[in-house]
Amino acid sequence: MSAMQIKTADFESEVLKSEIPVIIDFWAEWCMPCKMIAPILDELSKEFEGKIKVGKLNVDQERELAIKYNIVSIPTILFFKSGEIVDTLIGAVPKSNIKSKIEDLL
Amino acid sequence: MDTSKIWDVVVVGGGPAGMTAAIYTQRSLLETLIVEQLMPGGNVAITNKVENYPGFNEISGGELSKRMEDQVKNLGVEFLSGQVESISQDEDLKYVTLSDGSYLQTKSIILSTGAGWRNLGVPGERKFTGRGVSYCGTCDGPFFKDKVIAVVGGGDTALDESLYLERFASKIFLIHRRDAFRGAKIFQDRVLKNPKIEVVWNSVVTEIQGDQIVNNLRLKNTKTGEEKDLPVEGVFIFIGQEPNTKFLKTFCDLDKYGYIITDQEMHTRVDGIFAAGDVRKKNLYQIATAVGDGAIAGYMIIKYLEELKCKEEEKNECNADQNS
Ligand SMILES: Cc1cc2nc3c(=O)[nH]c(=O)nc-3n(C[C@H](O)[C@H](O)[C@H](O)COP(=O)(O)OP(=O)(O)OC[C@H]3O[C@@H](n4cnc5c(N)ncnc54)[C@H](O)[C@@H]3O)c2cc1C
Repeated sequence: MSAMQIKTADFESEVLKSEIPVIIDFWAEWCMPCKMIAPILDELSKEFEGKIKVGKLNVDQERELAIKYNIVSIPTILFFKSGEIVDTLIGAVPKSNIKSKIEDLL
Repeated sequence: MDTSKIWDVVVVGGGPAGMTAAIYTQRSLLETLIVEQLMPGGNVAITNKVENYPGFNEISGGELSKRMEDQVKNLGVEFLSGQVESISQDEDLKYVTLSDGSYLQTKSIILSTGAGWRNLGVPGERKFTGRGVSYCGTCDGPFFKDKVIAVVGGGDTALDESLYLERFASKIFLIHRRDAFRGAKIFQDRVLKNPKIEVVWNSVVTEIQGDQIVNNLRLKNTKTGEEKDLPVEGVFIFIGQEPNTKFLKTFCDLDKYGYIITDQEMHTRVDGIFAAGDVRKKNLYQIATAVGDGAIAGYMIIKYLEELKCKEEEKNECNADQNS
């Protein structure tokens, strides 16, 4: 499964109450480095299917959540476990960096 | 990726330098692979607008890098998504090791890994990265709509980015450690005429402060030593770049800043390994010079592999002579 788009309405159920860890990529149409990591996130979503969820949150559409999480730089990836943020990655980074942080979550 | 395959050319880094080199080698029918850790285009992909690359009065960096990528892919150059961790060689071949532990075998290598931004290295910078400290205007500018921000630097990039960020911010303090800019005159004029941009001359940032996000900079005047506060909600840092050469360790000669030392034909100290673009020690770091370097490196590889082939054929003839 490719990374799924998360909306404010399903943030609570999909992310905060998720049984498995979730990583959320905050992104926007106008952000080039976000485009760089988008295919990487889709790959990771497939590789870790069933173990973690990979979501994408559009900061222009879900403005309130972006503000709530103090997002002022994208891409930002937040790593959630049991509803808590346990790790953060800022900027476009190689796949191996994201992957090793996911492995730390499991 | 088939790791038993022996490539003619492996290009490390798919920015304009690497892609240009690949155009030349692929058109000479050399089997060429580009290894790129993020996305083809390198720093061009994140540039707002390019006005000094011939053929385009004005083109967005995203569009320019997409065109380069399409051209290279149409020629049949292969791309591999991965991060190069080290390179090595023996008498026969060169090896490019990726961060997942796999490796590639090749007859020659082009190093075109470009450069990343340089950090200020002051307290608070790391803590607030992504929390008001930014190195990319096109990525983060829109978050600072109607906010007071600072830009640090005085070269082309700092001036150009200030002019871009001006459309979002309510006010920009451009902090520069000297009393004159280094950047192009055309940018200087635009910056100095812009009512939203106020230049803070002869000043350096000594600390970045904040709570959840940045709210203040500590500045020091380089002439008088006087210190003061500058309340801002964001700070964009453009104080030059640092070459991506850590993975080379001692493999090539580097200057004291880490740039690869080459001759005018892009040879490094190691036979069959060439460097091109921003990763190389030179005087002008631009797209036009990166593609120039890439063309030369590509051409020199073509020559190098021809000579290598000749030598091998001579050696085989020589062996045959001995056996007879
Ligand atoms: C904000 C900004 C604005 C600019 N504006 C202009 C402008 O208007 N005009 C102009 O001419 N120039 C401009 N420049 C400069 C221009 O972008 C560079 O000179 C040019 O991109 C250099 O090309 P390159 O191929 O050498 O390196 P890069 O473009 O840096 O590409 C290097 C590539 O190598 C990859 N890489 C690095 N390490 C590894 C590794 N270990 N494994 C795999 N891949 C790796 C990187 O991901 C990157 O894609 C600007 C630069 C910036 C940052």
